[in-house]
Parts: sequence; C-alpha cells; structure tokens
Amino acid sequence: MSSSPITEIDLHAHVDGQLDPARRAEVEAYLAAHPEAAAQVQAWRTQNQLLHAAYDKVLNEPVPLRLSTAVQPRRWPRGMAAAIAWLSCGLAAGWFSHAMLQQQPSGHVVFAQRALAAHVLFTTEQRHPVEVPAQQEAHLVAWLSKRLSAPIRAPSLQEQGFSLLGGRLLPGEAASGSASPLAQLMYESANGERLTLTVRHASQPQPETGFKVLEQNGASVFYWIDREYGYALSGGIDKTRLLEVARAVDAQLRR
Amino acid sequence: MADFADELALQIPRLRRYARALTHDAAWADDLVQDTLERALQRRWLFRFGTSITAWLLTMLYRLYLNEAPRHRITSVPLEDVAEPAAPGDPAQQIDLQRALARLSPEHRAVIVLVGLEQLSYQEVAEMLNVPIGTVMSRLARAREQMRKLLSEQPAAAGTSPLTRVK
Repeated sequence: MSSSPITEIDLHAHVDGQLDPARRAEVEAYLAAHPEAAAQVQAWRTQNQLLHAAYDKVLNEPVPLRLSTAVQPRRWPRGMAAAIAWLSCGLAAGWFSHAMLQQQPSGHVVFAQRALAAHVLFTTEQRHPVEVPAQQEAHLVAWLSKRLSAPIRAPSLQEQGFSLLGGRLLPGEAASGSASPLAQLMYESANGERLTLTVRHASQPQPETGFKVLEQNGASVFYWIDREYGYALSGGIDKTRLLEVARAVDAQLRR
Repeated sequence: MADFADELALQIPRLRRYARALTHDAAWADDLVQDTLERALQRRWLFRFGTSITAWLLTMLYRLYLNEAPRHRITSVPLEDVAEPAAPGDPAQQIDLQRALARLSPEHRAVIVLVGLEQLSYQEVAEMLNVPIGTVMSRLARAREQMRKLLSEQPAAAGTSPLTRVK
C-alpha cells in the first residue's frame, strides 16, 4: 500500500478524511512538495466548509409540525393514533374499520380534539383565561347551564390539588357535528398547572364509553360519554395523574 | 412500532439539511422529507435492523428527488433569494456556493453533498447511489472541479463550463 503514486483520488480522500494514517502521511508529504496540488486540496476543503456553513443551520431549525406528524402512522395525528390503538383493544378488525368510518369523523374524537385545541388556546392565556371567574361560581354554572340548555356542574377537584379558576363558553361548530356550544371549566393547581374540563350536551342519551385518551403536542385529553353528556378533561400533566382527576370528575358528576 | 417512528423523528433534522442542500428550496425540501418519512413508514418492514437508518432514508430521499428534479429545474436555477444571510460565515460566499451547487447536475450535486456535508464514506455513497465506487469518485472529482471553477468565476458567468474531465 506504500509509495504507490499519489492520484487525484488520494487527494479527494485526503480532503474527506478517508485515508488511513500511513497514506495520509504520504499525501501530506506530496502536498508539501506540490503547491499547486495543495492549493487544489485547499479549494476542495473550502467547499466542504462552505457546505457546512450554508446548511448546518437547518439542523437547528424547529421541525415543522407537518413533518413531526408525518412520522405518526398513516398521517393521523399522534393522539388519534393513540385513541385508535386504545379503541381497538378487544374489537374485531372488520367491525372496527367500519365503525371508524361511520363514527369517528363526526363523533367523540372530534369533540375531544376541539376540547384539546381550546385547552391549549385558553390555558396559555395569562390575562383572560376564563370569561367568568370562579368567584362567581354560582353565576358561572347557571350561565353555562342556560347556554347549554342542560344543568352543568363544576366538580370540586380540591382533593386532587386543583381549584376552579372559572369558565367560558365555546361556540358550537356545525361542521364538527356539535352545533350546540360547549362549556369549558378551567382548574389550576398551586404550581400553576391548568386543566380544562369541556362539557357538551346532546339532546339524546348516547352509548356510554369508558375513558379514552388522545394526545397532541404534550397535552392529553381523557374523554368519555355519560348519558347525554360528553366530557373531555385536558391537561399537560402526567397522564396517570390526569386519569385520576378524570375518575374523580366522573365519580362526582355521576351522582 | 413507536420505536421506529421515534427513530424516524430523530432523523428529520438531518434529512431536512440534505434535502435543503439538494434543492435550495425550503418548501420543496420539506415536501421531500415528508414524502420520505411517509414512504419509510409504509416500507418499514423493508428496513433491515442493524443497517444505517440514515443511509436508508437518505437513499429514499435521493430517489424522490431525482424523480422530481426535472419538474423543478426552473426553480433551481434562479437564485436571487436563496441565501438566508443570518448565518455564520460570510453570506456572500455562501450565496456563491449555493449558486454554484445549483448549477451542477442532480447526480453531481448529490455526491458532493453526501461526501462534503453528510460526510459519508465513498463506499457508503456508492451503495446509496447504487453505482460503482469509481463512478462516485469521478462524479466527485468532476463536481468539485466545476464548483471550483464556478466559485472562482464572477457570478453570472456562463453556467456551462466545457468540462469533460472524468476520471
């Protein structure tokens, strides 16, 4: 391998750090004696440096959402995939795909997604996270009940470490299959963690469901149906804790 | 399943860099990355564990790029707004580099980017492009020579250098 003539390939390999040490030494000796070749090597090396200077910054750019969601199977958002995985437990695949097409686009998942989107929107709000503060809890509950045309209750979550901050009304969306408005109740812990409980009311009782979960961008939502009511509890806290709170909400509201 | 998706997610920045260097077009580059990720998910069973997932993805991206390159030819030549000057280094030099790179053929550009930016070995590049290593070397030599000429010329000089030195 030693003392074969230095070729252009060697010079490239030298620039790219792809020579073994022995050959590298030979190439370096050659370059020391051949300034023209040395200049050429330097020009190539500069090209490599310029490539890095021009493009390495891309590595530090935030990844666009469409790309981070693309790695979730079949373009479904991550939370949707999780919900589907959850749903699929114990269900036959054929029935499942049928039910998916029938139910999901207009059903509970859409409700949960809306709840989660509203959660993200309003929990980050510093000045006006709620329309009606908890100091007027009686007013708040009466107002929301009136607007939803159904009695709404604000469960107490003190035992779980969250106190009621207040609430707001989310307009209904015909497109999402819930033309009637939604009530959003916001809770806050001593550490400033915020949860929202979104409530919707349907004119007819619906088949009850257990807790389902959907996740998006670090926030999760547990949602379930209890007779005419749909509930969605959203939060950025650990899912186990969130589930505990969801159970507490369910236990209180079932009474 | 989740592991594979996580693996893919980790590769996104590198895929974006590669695609950007190939295309000089942020939107097209991200389209290519997205298509690559989706294709990778569909074909995950073809991926052999123990091999480099980076090489696998870069290969896939390159094929997509080659398919689309003819349709994008027009956008890849005029380069008025190609550089984002907020970068470290001399912005003018970077613009020159990007202009020069854009004048190479897709095949030459890929080699110079894979070697110079992605820092793959010649052997890896040969496997990725599915060509003999001699072809990699000749493309690299030619690409670098063209680049050197383009960079030493004043910008706006003729884009077709009559260069035929293929080793």
